[in-house]
This record gives sequence, structure tokens and C-alpha cells, in this order.
Amino acid sequence: MSMGTDQRDLEPSGFRLKVQEAFQLQPVLVPLYAILLSFIVGGILIALIGVNPFEAYWALLRGMFGSKDNIAASVARSVPFMGSALALAFAFRAGLFNIGAEGQLLVGGVTAAWVGTWAWMTDTPAIIAIPIILLAGAFGGFMWGWVPGILRAKTGAHEVISTIMLNSIALFLVRWIVNSRDPVILRDLEASVPRTEAISDTAELPTIIDSQPPLHWGLFVMLGVCFLIAFVLKRTTFGFETITVGTNPHAARYAGMSVDRIIILAMAISGACAGIAAASEVSGTNQLFQPGTFALIGFDGIAVALLARANPIGIIPSALLWGSLLSGAPLMQQEADVSIDVVRIIQSMVLLFVAADAIVRYIFRVRGEAEAHIKASTTGWAGQ
Amino acid sequence: MAGDDERIPVLDVRGVTKTFPGVIANEDVDLVLHEGEIHCLLGENGAGKSTLMNVVFGLYQPDKGSIRVRGEQVQFTGVGDAIDHGIGMVHQHFQLIPVFTVAENVILGNELTNGPFLDINEARRRIIELEDKYGLAVDPDAKVGDLSVGEQQRVEVIKALFREAEILILDEPTAVLTPGEVDEFFGVVRSLVDQGKSIIFITHKLREVLAVADRITVLRNGKVAGTADPSTATQKSLANLMVGREVVFQVAKGDAHPGDPVIKITGLRVEDVRGARTVNGLSVEVRAGEIFGVAGVEGNGQRELVEAVTGMRPKIGGTVEILGQDATKMSPRQITELGTGHIPEDRNKHGVVGAYSIADNLILNRYFKPPFARRWLRNEAAIASEAEELVAQFDVRTPGIHVAVDNLSGGNQQKVIVARELTGDVKALVVAQPTRGLDVGSIEFIHNAIIALRDKGVGVLLVSAELDEILSLSDRIGVLYRGRLVGTFDGADATREELGYLMATGAAPESEEAAS
Ligand SMILES: Nc1ncnc2c1ncn2[C@@H]1O[C@H](COP(=O)(O)OP(=O)(O)OP(=O)(O)O)[C@@H](O)[C@H]1O
Ligand SMILES: [Mg+2]
Repeated sequence: MSMGTDQRDLEPSGFRLKVQEAFQLQPVLVPLYAILLSFIVGGILIALIGVNPFEAYWALLRGMFGSKDNIAASVARSVPFMGSALALAFAFRAGLFNIGAEGQLLVGGVTAAWVGTWAWMTDTPAIIAIPIILLAGAFGGFMWGWVPGILRAKTGAHEVISTIMLNSIALFLVRWIVNSRDPVILRDLEASVPRTEAISDTAELPTIIDSQPPLHWGLFVMLGVCFLIAFVLKRTTFGFETITVGTNPHAARYAGMSVDRIIILAMAISGACAGIAAASEVSGTNQLFQPGTFALIGFDGIAVALLARANPIGIIPSALLWGSLLSGAPLMQQEADVSIDVVRIIQSMVLLFVAADAIVRYIFRVRGEAEAHIKASTTGWAGQ
Repeated sequence: MAGDDERIPVLDVRGVTKTFPGVIANEDVDLVLHEGEIHCLLGENGAGKSTLMNVVFGLYQPDKGSIRVRGEQVQFTGVGDAIDHGIGMVHQHFQLIPVFTVAENVILGNELTNGPFLDINEARRRIIELEDKYGLAVDPDAKVGDLSVGEQQRVEVIKALFREAEILILDEPTAVLTPGEVDEFFGVVRSLVDQGKSIIFITHKLREVLAVADRITVLRNGKVAGTADPSTATQKSLANLMVGREVVFQVAKGDAHPGDPVIKITGLRVEDVRGARTVNGLSVEVRAGEIFGVAGVEGNGQRELVEAVTGMRPKIGGTVEILGQDATKMSPRQITELGTGHIPEDRNKHGVVGAYSIADNLILNRYFKPPFARRWLRNEAAIASEAEELVAQFDVRTPGIHVAVDNLSGGNQQKVIVARELTGDVKALVVAQPTRGLDVGSIEFIHNAIIALRDKGVGVLLVSAELDEILSLSDRIGVLYRGRLVGTFDGADATREELGYLMATGAAPESEEAAS
């Protein structure tokens, strides 16, 4: 079989392909335009209620980044979203839709707080106590992700249903744990609101900037986790298995991969990502566990992850945007009298546009991947 | 028919060039289709046939060149334009929705309405009319998912005719059909032509080309290598034109020197997805250094047999021994690790991960072993160098090893699978439809590769719907009928007629009762 030199010599190594890939703006373009579009629509909304949208946005912007403290607060608000977004993203790469971050955060958080209040922790140096509390959170989340994983693998129960149920179970469970006075489980009896006692000082993540909320070392922990997950997916054999199962489970099985094992592990690791984020909050922000602080962080994580297209590194800017918007909104409300809900609406629209990317592609003339899709369905013979 | 070029062609493609990143898929291609003719498009895997047809059908825009339909210059921006100009296409990969009925599939995208409601009755009436006119028998109310591949193909044809196609493009329609279905299919094609339709027909089977073509165009490396007249062309001359060298049709094969059994199946019983027992008490021994061919009409248990032996499907009864070990309950991974290669029947579902690069697909079943992995880490350098080597050795036509397999032509996807499964430490080989969709040159190559493995002492279980393939490769041949082997022949003695009779009737001559 002669190699057709005339056309193959064009690209002897496929090098140019690689370069093209590296400079591909395509994947980032749609989310960026989606954000722009949402702000435009949000601006129209603000104008409709009789406020100058530029003034409102200016206030929002200053709320987000107007001072050192505001910047720190914005970043601090973003950190937990990294964990809850990873919880969706990792499972997503294995073809699973984990919407149980909410519950995984709660279980991770309560586990971390429980371990953090162990008496001997006060005598343990921070260098040991901090990893222990983080691992405890990760472990709690791991177990809470493992359950829907094993249910899916062994009984076929769909993870969407089971994670929703486990969210409710987790919510009521931790409420009971921190509420109950008889018997006292973890409740701080002195406190007027239900919460655990404060964790040992040694288990606290050091603060970087004392903003509101404080920016602490949890930032580096979660950045580290993002990079670790990216590394696992890209460079390890387990990551290869995970993505294969997520892309074509039939081929994965044919290639000898244990699909069940990977599903279980992927769900559990997803849970661990949420759990470690919860531990970082318990340890660095509140120094105790109070269920209300985690409300919606899990669900927003879904949005953050989708905006990042389930890319663990993409989650970092995506979470920063999300947290900053939430952190800046109060100033917009104060100064321009525009409700915080408008930011929520904008956020939801971003997601809507990312999901319905055809709209964005049409408006901004982003070239579609249409031809690639067509190709996928025209090679090979009829699938039987 | 060729020669009288005064007529205005129904389709006139001039100087079409279409490039993809790193690949010139079509370069300055001309193609002329006259009314009422069957024009065969031939070419190696990756020669650019599907791409050219996708350009004509409006799926791709050409970089250069012009297309005229009945003398009118056209510029299609999408499939809709092509359909409006009376062009219909049946893709290599069907585009039907399995849970819809035939009628629903046919009207999809072209809904007949009666006020706000779908007028399915009117659609049914027109479908039945078309079926009668062209001899396309399908029940309009059947669910497409329940139809055989041949029937699904007819639905695709009906779909095109329903949209009043005058020019029909058929991309490798016969690759998936059983011999009987192929005959029926040609019946349909003839009646279409008789009624004035014009057809472009892509195939790799030269016998079919010579049987039906009015004109032949051969593509090579994206360019027109030449045209041929079916009245004077031979299979050999066409193959030479396609490949650019001599092709040997009869594989050269020395005597087999069979050794110990490598695959020993005893009393195997397997159920298919619907719970029907399709393999029912099958026994066979495949010995080292021989090729055992399983012939049979599709649907007699071939798929379940292969899946059971390779650990993909549980067994209801019986045992499978591979290389002396009881593999009845082993997982696919354990069976691979014994030294078994497996070329699966369903390329896209099992064989490749389409979104993955060629390199990743080539290590899909050994990514966890050195040198491709160092403990838990992927060794990208080793993966790349393996890929470079296999791509060269198996002549996968691609601009690079990082190209996604989805972007390869159908035949080159198959070569990726074959390359993966025939290399490494194989001692037993289970092969299903290994050359489906491949060009003559690649078939020759893969056949030689399988024979070379046999000569090195590998035991091969070959399942194929191509009787010619079975006959030219096998040392022994078993006929599979309703889940059992009803006769075993020596490869050298068996004839087409004998096998065909047994495949159809299952009636075995007394003396040659089952198994070996
Ligand atoms: N969407 C695409 N992106 C990149 N390359 C492509 C794309 N589609 C086709 N190609 C390349 O163009 C060439 C021609 O492919 P095409 O599918 O037309 O071949 P073919 O003649 O139909 O082959 P086969 O007989 O195997 O189906 C191949 O080298 C293929 O890899
Ligand atoms: Mg093709």
C-alpha cells in the first residue's frame, strides 16, 4: 500500500495541528460571549426599572474589586465553589451527573467539625491537625459520594435521583446532629443557634486577609485540588479509564476496564472534592460547623462547572467570577438600589446561554463544530 | 452508454477541492452523472469518496470548484438546498431514530401537516405508493429499531424518495447487507434507474461494480485516478487503478500445522439481549496455528458466540477454555491478558472511542501496562512512539497520530482496531467481520497479517458474513445454523455451493455431523 506522499507530506508530524489546538479560542469563546450577553440583557432589565445600568454595574464592579478587602472577600466567596464544581465535573467526565454536592458538602463539613473538636486535637501541632481536618472532610464527602456510586453500579439506580435523595437525607441528618439537645450529639449548648462547638485552634487554616468573609489558606488547598484533579484526568491511567467510561462505556468494557469500579470511584472522588471544600470552610472561615453556611453552594457548583465545561482548571476562573458577583452584589443594592436578585438572574442567564450555545454562536458568529459533528455521523458503516 | 456526452448531465461536478486541517480530502475532482445511470465511485479507504458526496449533498462547502445540477450552477449552504435540488443521500451511517416508526422517520424534517396536526395517514399513503413503485417492502408502522439492517436501509431510500430525490447518493450501502439482501437491494436500484432516477453508488466490492455500473470513477488520494468502462474493465484493472499497483486477490497461504487447542468451546449456550437463546449447545476446538472460519447467515448466533468467548456476555451453560485455562467466567480483561485479541463486529460501539486520538485508541486495552504506564502515570512518549509505529505498519491514512478517530475514514478506523488487536502478545484471536468496509488493498494486507499470525502458531476463530473471506482464509470451516455448528469442512475442500446450501437449510450430510 503506497503512502500517498503528495498529500501526507503536508503534515509530517501533525505538529501544526497541535499548535492550532493550543491556540484554540473556541472552547473559551462561548462562555465569554455568554457572560457578555447576560450582562447586556441584565442591563436592559435594570434600565427597565428606571436605573442607569452603567451606574449599577459600576457599583457592582467596585463591590467586587473596589478595594483590597473587597477583592479578598470576592476570592474568599469563590473558594468553596471550586470544590462543589469539581464534584460535578469529575463525575461528569465519567459520564455521571452528580448533583449531590450539596449533601456531600454537609456531610464533609460535619465530619470535619466533629474531628476538629476532638479533645486531643488541641495538643496536636497545626501541621498535623490541619491535614487531619481536611482529610476528615474529604472522607465524609467521599462516603456520601460512594453511596450513589455503588447504587448506580450495582443496582442501576440513577445517580440523579439518588443524589437528590441523599441531599435531603444529609440536610436532615446534619440538622439533627447539630440541633439535638437530648441526646447532645455535636451541638454547642451555649450557642443560641444550632451549630457545633468551635474546632481546635490548631486545626484552623491561617487567614491571609481578614476580610468579610476572611481569605484564608483554603484558597491554596482548593487550587491544589483543582490542579490535582486536572493531573489525574490527563496524566494517569485512572483518569484515562474515567474519561473512557464517560465517553464510550461499551468500548471501555470491551477494552477490559471495570466500568462498575470506575463509576463508584468517580462518584466517591467527586464527593471528596466537595467534602474537602467544606472542611476548608469549617476550618478557615467559621471555625465551626453551621449547616446554613453551605446552602446553595452545591447547586451553584453545578453552574460553575458547566460554565467551565467540566474542565478542572477552567473551574478556577469560573468560580472566581461566580463568587465575586455574589460578593459584589450588596454594594450594587446599596448604591444603585438594584436588588441582589438581579445578579442571580444574570448568573442564571449565563448558564442558560452556555447551555443553549447555538444562540451565542448565532449572535456572535462563533464558528460551530457543526462540521465535526456531521463527520462523526458519516464515517463508518451503519451502526447495527 | 458512455460516450454520448451531448446530453446535459443531471449532476456535473467540476474541479472540486476540499481540505481539512492537514488533509486534502478532494483535489480538483470532476464527476459527471447522466440521467438514468448508475455511476460507481471507487477508491481506497480515505480516498475522499464520502467527503466528495458530502460536498454534493451540501454538508460541506467546497474550497474550490463548481457543481451544476441539470445545467444550473448551484451553491449549497446546507442539506436543505441539496434536497430542494432533488438530491438525496443514504449515509454510511444511518440517520434514523430507532423508537419512531418507519412513517414517522420518513416524514421527520418534512412534516406533512393537516392544520396543526401531523398528517401521518397521508404520509403512510405516499410511502406505500413509493414502496409499490420501487419494490421497497417495509411495514410503514414498524418501529425502526426492530427492523433488520437491510430494511433500515430501505427506509433511508424511501426517505430520500419521499423528498422527491432524482439523484440518489448511496454511500457503501452493501457493506452491511447479507448476500441475499444485496440481491434484493440491486433489484431496488434497477427499478429506481428504470424510473429515471440517477444514482451514485460507492462500494469496495468490485464484483458489484461490474454488475451494476454504467460508468466508473476511481479516486486515489483525493484526486480522480481515472474513469473506467464497466464493459471492458475487470476486477483486476479496477483494483490496480484504485491502489496504483498489482493487487493479489487470492491470498497465498501455506499448509496449516495445527498444534494444541487454544480455544475449546464445549456445549456453549448463550442468550441474546432479548433473552432468546441464540447459541445453543455449540462445541468447537480451534487449534494453535489454524484458522477456523464460522460461516452462516447473519443472526444465527455469530454475535453472541463471539461476545461469549471474549467475556463480553454471560454464558447460560457450557464451558470455554482458552490456552488450557477455564475462561468461562473470566472478565474481558482477564481473557485479553491470557493473550487473546478480539476484533469486534461493531466498530463504533466497541472498537473505538471516536473522540479519542488514534494514539489513545491504539493502547485502549493495554494503557495500564508498561511501557504505556509507569505505575499510575501514562507514559506519553511510549504511547506516541507505539502509535507512530503501528500507523506506519498498518498504513493508517492520517495526518498525525493525534487526530481523533472520528475524523478518519471508515476503513482507516477499522485499521486502527486491527492494528491494536493483532499486535502484542496474542496467542488466540477472535475476529468478527475483520475487513468490513475496507478496500481491496487493505483487505489483502489484513488477510496476510492474520495468516502470518497463524503461521506463528496463533489460533484464529474467524466469523464473517463474506463467504469469500471465509473460503480464502480458513483451514477449517464450520457452518453456524440456529446456534449450532451443523457441519465442519476442510478449508481446501469446501465449495461456495455446499456451504451456501448448509447455511440456508441447516441440513447436514449425515457423515459430517457437528464439531471436530
Ligand atoms: N471532518 C474531518 N476532519 C478531518 N479530516 C477529515 C474529515 N473528514 C474526512 N477527513 C479526512 O479526509 C480523507 C477522506 O475521507 P473520506 O471519509 O472521504 O474517505 P472515503 O473515501 O469515504 O473512505 P472509506 O472508504 O474508508 O469510507 C481522510 O483522510 C479523512 O481522514
Ligand atoms: Mg467513506
